[in-house]
Amino acid sequence: MSTHFDPTKHISSSAAYPEVSFHHHDIDDAAFKKKVRKTTILLSVITIIELAIGLAIYTIHKGENPSALLVLMFKGAVCILTLAKAYYIVSVFMHLGDEIRNMIMTIVVPLMLFIWFIIAFIADGNSYKNLRNKYDKHFQESTMPADHHKKAEEPKPADAGGKQ
Amino acid sequence: MATTANVHQTKWWSGGKSPFNMEYGKLMMWYFLMSDAFTFGAFLISYGSIRFSQNFWPDPNVVFNAFPGAGHANLPLAFVSVMTFILIISSVTMVLAVHAGHKGDKQAVVKWLAWTIVGGLAFLGCQAWEWHHLITGEHATLIDGQIKMVGQTTTVNPWGDLASASAVADALKNTSHETLVQIVSSHDHSVSHEQLAGMSQEKLMSMVNAADLHIRENGPVAFGGYFYGITGFHGFHVFSGVVINIVMLLMTQKDVFQKRGHYLMIEKAGLYWHFVDLVWVFVFLCFYLI
Repeated sequence: MSTHFDPTKHISSSAAYPEVSFHHHDIDDAAFKKKVRKTTILLSVITIIELAIGLAIYTIHKGENPSALLVLMFKGAVCILTLAKAYYIVSVFMHLGDEIRNMIMTIVVPLMLFIWFIIAFIADGNSYKNLRNKYDKHFQESTMPADHHKKAEEPKPADAGGKQ
Repeated sequence: MATTANVHQTKWWSGGKSPFNMEYGKLMMWYFLMSDAFTFGAFLISYGSIRFSQNFWPDPNVVFNAFPGAGHANLPLAFVSVMTFILIISSVTMVLAVHAGHKGDKQAVVKWLAWTIVGGLAFLGCQAWEWHHLITGEHATLIDGQIKMVGQTTTVNPWGDLASASAVADALKNTSHETLVQIVSSHDHSVSHEQLAGMSQEKLMSMVNAADLHIRENGPVAFGGYFYGITGFHGFHVFSGVVINIVMLLMTQKDVFQKRGHYLMIEKAGLYWHFVDLVWVFVFLCFYLI
């Protein structure tokens, strides 16, 4: 019994929780405050950039010829920024970055399922839309957005021009 | 002193080993949060799947453009950014509470926990206002060939595509007198509501130009269910987080953690609270930004 390694023998007397044999929170107060301040500013700046992109998308939508590609790129950028925010919240605020690597892996590896999960279900929804547009003309005519109204009204200026 | 007491209870997780150098409760909190992430993930991905199956989806900047006290001013993203910052700041105060706990500084724990609770309540208040505004704020919407005044509920959605002028002109003929009065009074402020109520259907119809009304069609019905369902589920997490934090605050003040010799409970409550902030980051992305 006494020959095998017993980490509790090495813990400080202040630790009343024996499962934890060493501490990683020993950084001094000033360094901690600096880290928290840095992360707070980082999260705020990322949020402000996200809001700016959101407003940019709004202005593009309001404009004459909304570029679908530009909107898609902006939306992709917001997704990446959101993942960056999530990373900082989890690794700094929740201290996951300070844990033992194997513990981090038991959390992060199962979450990798989301990669398949997102791709599969988004693709499924998209495929359902395409099938309905192809085989259910009523669905297509009753739900297809703006562009078809624009096309229906487009001859108008030409007519007005003809009358003058 | 405490060391001698610990040697006798080395039955960590009953196996006598602590592979992750982590307290049991904290590890289980992490696994709970992982499972909760899958629950929220499933909701959000389901929302994404339905959204991709539609030809039209409401533009969030059109739906969420109100601000308390700003009347009908068009302020897209303004209010939700306030909510987002409230949650970020309350996450920071929670980090400070956990840090104070590591140092065993009871007064600082109480102070930062109290601020975290204030942040949580402020967020819930904002959400209550937003829901109330969406449900009760009525918008003239083209539904089944007539114009109706509807709010955002789980059965109707006033944020569909802009209706064509000809469709609106046709729909005005089938629209009830009461709704016509509301439509005219929102566009023409020179005539009082009472005068309008006394006018005939034809007179009211002549006072509006169908092309200027910018009336929308009934949008995808799933929008309401997903929005209220997911933000409601998140709001419920915020609410339970506030309750947990209040319990932590009371226990701190009763010196429970001081007597126990550690503030690990605050750390676990902190993990939960940060998770609530983390989920909001994704809800914010899916419903308000893209």
